[in-house]
Amino acid sequence: MSAAAAPVGATRADPAGAISKFGRRNAWVLGLLGVLIGLFLFTKGIQPRYGPIPIQGLAVSVLPLVFAAVAQAIVVIGGGIDLSIGSMMALTSVVSATLMQDQSEAFAVGVVIGVLLLGLVIGGINGGLVVVTRVPDIVVTLAMSFVWAGFALLVRGAPGGGAASWLTGLVRGPLGNEWIPMAAVVGLVAIVVIWMPLSRSRLGLSIYAIGSDRLAAFRSGVPVGRTRIVAYMMTGLFSALGGLALTATTGIGSPVPGPYTLLSVAAIVLGGVSLAGGRGGVFGPIIAVVILQLIQTDLTFLSVDSNLALVAQGLLLIAVLMVGSLIDMRRNRQ
Amino acid sequence: MTLTSTDLLLEATGVAKTYGAVQALKSASLAVRPGEVHALMGANGAGKSTLVKILTGAVTPDAGTISVRGRDLALRSPGQARRGGIVPVYQEPALIPDLDIRSNLRLTETPAEPFRHWLSELGLPDVNLSSLARRLPLATLRVIDLARALAIEPDVLMLDEMTAALPANLTERVLEVVGRHRGGGRCVVFISHRMIEIAAVCDRATVLREGSTVGVVDVTPGSEDRIVELMLGQIVEDMPDAADQAHGTTRAADAVPRLSGRNLAYGTRLEDVTFDLYPGEVLGVVALEGQGQDELLDVLSGIHRPSSGSIEIDGAPVSFRYPGDAIRAGVVYVAADRAEALLMQRSIRENIALPFRARIPKWGLINLGEERQIVDRAVETLQIDARAGGEVRRLSGGNQQKVTIARWVASGVKTMVCFDPTRGIDIRTKRQIYALLRDLAEAGAAILLYTSELKEVQLVCDRAIVVFGGRVVRELTRAEADEPALLRAAYNLRSDSALPEDTVGELVAQAEPDPTGPSTGEPDPREPETGT
Repeated sequence: MSAAAAPVGATRADPAGAISKFGRRNAWVLGLLGVLIGLFLFTKGIQPRYGPIPIQGLAVSVLPLVFAAVAQAIVVIGGGIDLSIGSMMALTSVVSATLMQDQSEAFAVGVVIGVLLLGLVIGGINGGLVVVTRVPDIVVTLAMSFVWAGFALLVRGAPGGGAASWLTGLVRGPLGNEWIPMAAVVGLVAIVVIWMPLSRSRLGLSIYAIGSDRLAAFRSGVPVGRTRIVAYMMTGLFSALGGLALTATTGIGSPVPGPYTLLSVAAIVLGGVSLAGGRGGVFGPIIAVVILQLIQTDLTFLSVDSNLALVAQGLLLIAVLMVGSLIDMRRNRQ
Repeated sequence: MTLTSTDLLLEATGVAKTYGAVQALKSASLAVRPGEVHALMGANGAGKSTLVKILTGAVTPDAGTISVRGRDLALRSPGQARRGGIVPVYQEPALIPDLDIRSNLRLTETPAEPFRHWLSELGLPDVNLSSLARRLPLATLRVIDLARALAIEPDVLMLDEMTAALPANLTERVLEVVGRHRGGGRCVVFISHRMIEIAAVCDRATVLREGSTVGVVDVTPGSEDRIVELMLGQIVEDMPDAADQAHGTTRAADAVPRLSGRNLAYGTRLEDVTFDLYPGEVLGVVALEGQGQDELLDVLSGIHRPSSGSIEIDGAPVSFRYPGDAIRAGVVYVAADRAEALLMQRSIRENIALPFRARIPKWGLINLGEERQIVDRAVETLQIDARAGGEVRRLSGGNQQKVTIARWVASGVKTMVCFDPTRGIDIRTKRQIYALLRDLAEAGAAILLYTSELKEVQLVCDRAIVVFGGRVVRELTRAEADEPALLRAAYNLRSDSALPEDTVGELVAQAEPDPTGPSTGEPDPREPETGT
């Protein structure tokens, strides 16, 4: 038996092999990272004044969408899709802004925790309905998007409320070095703290498993229904983080859902998550969100008509996906 | 282990399951002793796969008890069955394609060291555990799935068609490893269509027929006959009048076949099938589940392109890229699953008109008057009960199947390929479909009929070919093709003698835990490790 185990140890000890394997596994994410760096250089080229302050602004403006993309990535990896992310963000944002208004800083800590729990609960309701009714995910979550948006309007008919100053402080300015935006650090820490343990646990494996092949997962003893609900709960949790990010970055809560649902789908697709489920991660989508935002900025710098800029973004998305599927076809033919 | 050898390891009694109107299992029982390799057998539709699904927790039974080592188990999910000590290995490996092998092991909480050990025992010592499951060949995945199950050391290992389409060298290793379970404290439930394997590794066999256990047989040389007998049961002559309808057609010596397959191969199951189908005849295709018949009919109807071999129509080779190509060449397909063929929410009229509408007016408006005439004629010919004609999904299964045939009749069928068209249909409608197929053949059409009901062959077909392991193993005339002959042929048993003796002897010798020397000639170093 020990002899049989030796080859495993040998592959582990080979650092060059490990690096090349890491590269192959994460080719799409590394490619996106390359594109992002290229875009930053391009931006610097056309707008030499682009520096720490605009980068901090960029981090603040992408933060809600980053959480939305992570939320969508988790449920899509599990073989579902959630069209109520934008509405859940609106609901959690108005609830937090309303509860925090004119309250103490300490009370706001309780509010934040409560809102995160609210996210888990409403995500769980989405997932529970999908599993129990057996209605397709896309239909259930589209319907629930109206429900959560309605609740958001019931909580607060118009934008308003407030945010604790520690919360708004959490996303403003730099951390230490002026090139490191506070919002980016906070976002990454929140995602890493939740995602890393999840993805390495048996639960995370189960989410990938049900998205990849539900029958095989069922036969392997994975509790499919329960796992799907948990995936939706994680989506609810990250939507709540997105809602809190909205409150923190704007200082108020708005009951009208932003464009986050569809943008999150665009971001995960660009970020290498397969809409068929089972494939991808959360870091690709995060980079994709920044890329999408930066392209918009560049088009503004180039004084392209903002309507044309939208057209360009759509075409770019299709072009990138075509490149991706071409690479995939190549690889499968080998 | 405090149990004596007579205590039962796995016991299932009175297991019943009904799906809608179909009673898949009436009263099935299975009793397996420790240290036994036990075969579970039954013809198509006997309820074998339902019993397996129940024992592995994938399906909840309506009645019956299941116990392992005397402990009653309530099996509601595969996870519970696993924890209860029943671990299955299916024909389709239950590995997650997007996870690497190591993660797949973690998912089922399989220890890695024993897994490695069993993998090398099974003849695949250098599988890279970091490779994604989807990048590995199917045979490797099957062996990995088996090694994963062995590593858990389950009380009951269920092998469902484990060796089907496995290369010969791996099959040999699998049988050898399975054989080691004899005499130990655990057991194997072994499901296979290959009598040779059953004879080689199994101690006893439980036979199912029509949802009930009809007998338990000690597997000894010559017990195949007893098993086949049990699988057949009393042959009921329920349709004597219809039997006279089919005629062995006399064919002119220079007749050109309408449709021919030449050495067709596709995927892992369809290996090499050659046949000729003449105008005016119904050719039956008989096979046990998963012997390549699905692939054969897919290839003939243009769903897949054969990986080798060719299709000929009227003697000229053709190539179908899409089902549309086959339809234009006059080869149409009738599926067992009506939902595959019909637009369930549309009317009978539209469903029947759809295939030929694509031909009559290429451009411009559809001539509704003409269409109505053609459709009415078809509905009348097939005696379709059209009262609920607004939406096809509201028709009974039998009437739906008639609609799928009617659409081809309406467009003037020349060659029809049918995949088990009477599955799940009431007896009256079945007869109507038989009569219709005969009428079509009489009118000059050529019909290929795969059927899982052996008695249909003599009712409808002029001849039958039997497919086993992706190859045609026998051709029978209508007179020869009674149920026992077909079933024997389907199990690739010779009609007169039992099994090819030398092959059996060889396999038994390999599987027997006997270190003195298997007949393959080379000494076998694996044997001393028996009893893990």
